[in-house]
Amino acid sequence: MALKTEELVLNMGPQHPSTHGVLRLEVQLEGELVTKVTPHLGYLHRCFEKHAEAMTYPQVIPYTDRMDYLASMYNNFGYVIGVEKMLGIQVPERVEYIRIIMGELQRIASHMVALGTYGLDIGAFTPFLYLFRDREKILTLFEITCGARLLYNYMWVGGLSHDLHPDFERLTREFISYFRPNIDELNNLLTYNKIFVERTANIGVLPKETAINYGITGPNLRASGLKYDLRRNDPYSIYDRFDFEIPVGEGLVGTVGDCWDRFYVRVLEMEQSLKIVEQALNQLPEGDINEALPKRVKPPKGSIYQRVENPKGELGYFIISDGTVNPFRVKVRAPSFVNLAILNELSKGHLVADIIAILGSLDIVLGEIDR
Amino acid sequence: MKTAKEILEILQKKFPEIEFSLVEDEPSDQIIFTDALKIHEICEFLRDGEGLKFDTLMNLSGVDDANGEKQTNDDGSETIVGGTLSVYYNLDSIELNHKTTLQVSTSRESPKVESVNLIWRAADWHEREAYDMLGIKFLNHPDLRRILMPYDWEEGSYPLRKDYKDPEFYQGMKVPY
Repeated sequence: MALKTEELVLNMGPQHPSTHGVLRLEVQLEGELVTKVTPHLGYLHRCFEKHAEAMTYPQVIPYTDRMDYLASMYNNFGYVIGVEKMLGIQVPERVEYIRIIMGELQRIASHMVALGTYGLDIGAFTPFLYLFRDREKILTLFEITCGARLLYNYMWVGGLSHDLHPDFERLTREFISYFRPNIDELNNLLTYNKIFVERTANIGVLPKETAINYGITGPNLRASGLKYDLRRNDPYSIYDRFDFEIPVGEGLVGTVGDCWDRFYVRVLEMEQSLKIVEQALNQLPEGDINEALPKRVKPPKGSIYQRVENPKGELGYFIISDGTVNPFRVKVRAPSFVNLAILNELSKGHLVADIIAILGSLDIVLGEIDR
Repeated sequence: MKTAKEILEILQKKFPEIEFSLVEDEPSDQIIFTDALKIHEICEFLRDGEGLKFDTLMNLSGVDDANGEKQTNDDGSETIVGGTLSVYYNLDSIELNHKTTLQVSTSRESPKVESVNLIWRAADWHEREAYDMLGIKFLNHPDLRRILMPYDWEEGSYPLRKDYKDPEFYQGMKVPY
């Protein structure tokens, strides 16, 4: 007698540790194999764009903090340089350098969470604790600078909220020399771990052309073998002054663009960010950080699309001004929002357990997906 | 590298029957304004055309232009009648390293824009968001559902419209609680 078979619908989330927040996945299964994944979003929708229309330009900055809450500094960064471009403000050199230092430290902190929780998803608990221990040190650096550990409101239109603490430079250099060897430790613990490689190599392979068509950006795109980084290809601020490599996926243990590549590109990027921070500290000029602060932020009529390389990909702000003190429209192109859309494409034909590996490797934050 | 003017000239040559115009506001990027119901073929040409090669859609935003006639209701709230909703497309060419912005407008009462989902898959969720927030219907979109708001949110209630009012009840619960 033939066995009766039918398609099974499995519900993952909204409360599921591997969905990194409140995300619901509706998974259709044919036995153990996935045929379709439908993400359901909106559990964290806080009407950022509607709020922004009721605020003045500087008042929007604290809201940007709360989108990608693991990379708040960089969310500030993108927004303020967009508004500065509309106003035609040139900020002092010192501000530019401090912004880069903060942005790159934030990139390291964000990647630490991405790598740590990815290990956790796969079943490796220890690297998570090691990485969070080191992340605390970065958060302490932020804390002595502006008083907040996660949501900073640090970068202002035309300047910064606080100048650096006298100890900041020494502590940051200490952190760099402390953290460099820890990357090797992470590689030994997790990256080349046999079980980890088995779980991630050749899983969720993302070809370059598909990635471009889906608008995938950031480490996920670079893992597919395309050397594309906005810090190089569409430079903003003063990134053209620094010497750094753009790591791309090479398929060292599997295929180019698999989960392992997406993981490893982030490991390599942390090293490059350390390099940028070091160079910026060496070149850091003296000066007044509040020199260019405008008395009134009131951009002329017009619109602008400003994009920056967030730790998770291309973060874009499309700002329309109608000539008043409130933005007419702020649309955020959140990298995770676009990156998550490929989940269905990547998961098809894989096992149920691989969905976790694929989702984790995309490194999403629900705060900016739902906004 | 092509400027908005050069791209405009190429488009005018290729599609003589479609109207194009250039929006120039300081300090913004220049925007090419065109027809909402021809956007699919224009975008297909922009993606594949020689010297254009816009291979990614960076961003797609729906905007309420709020340029209609404002009517004040009895309770003091405003309703906008007439006017337009717009969709902005920010395109990028990774291959040739240039960018451009397109804008299309559609009527507020029955907003219809052609979907570009088949050209750039990235448009899929962006279009769903524009539908969810502003009620713009994207023709030929395979799965036009709400995305951030609940699926059973009141029909015809779109939060990012400038004259949006909270519904009084949602599933029997009072909304402004």
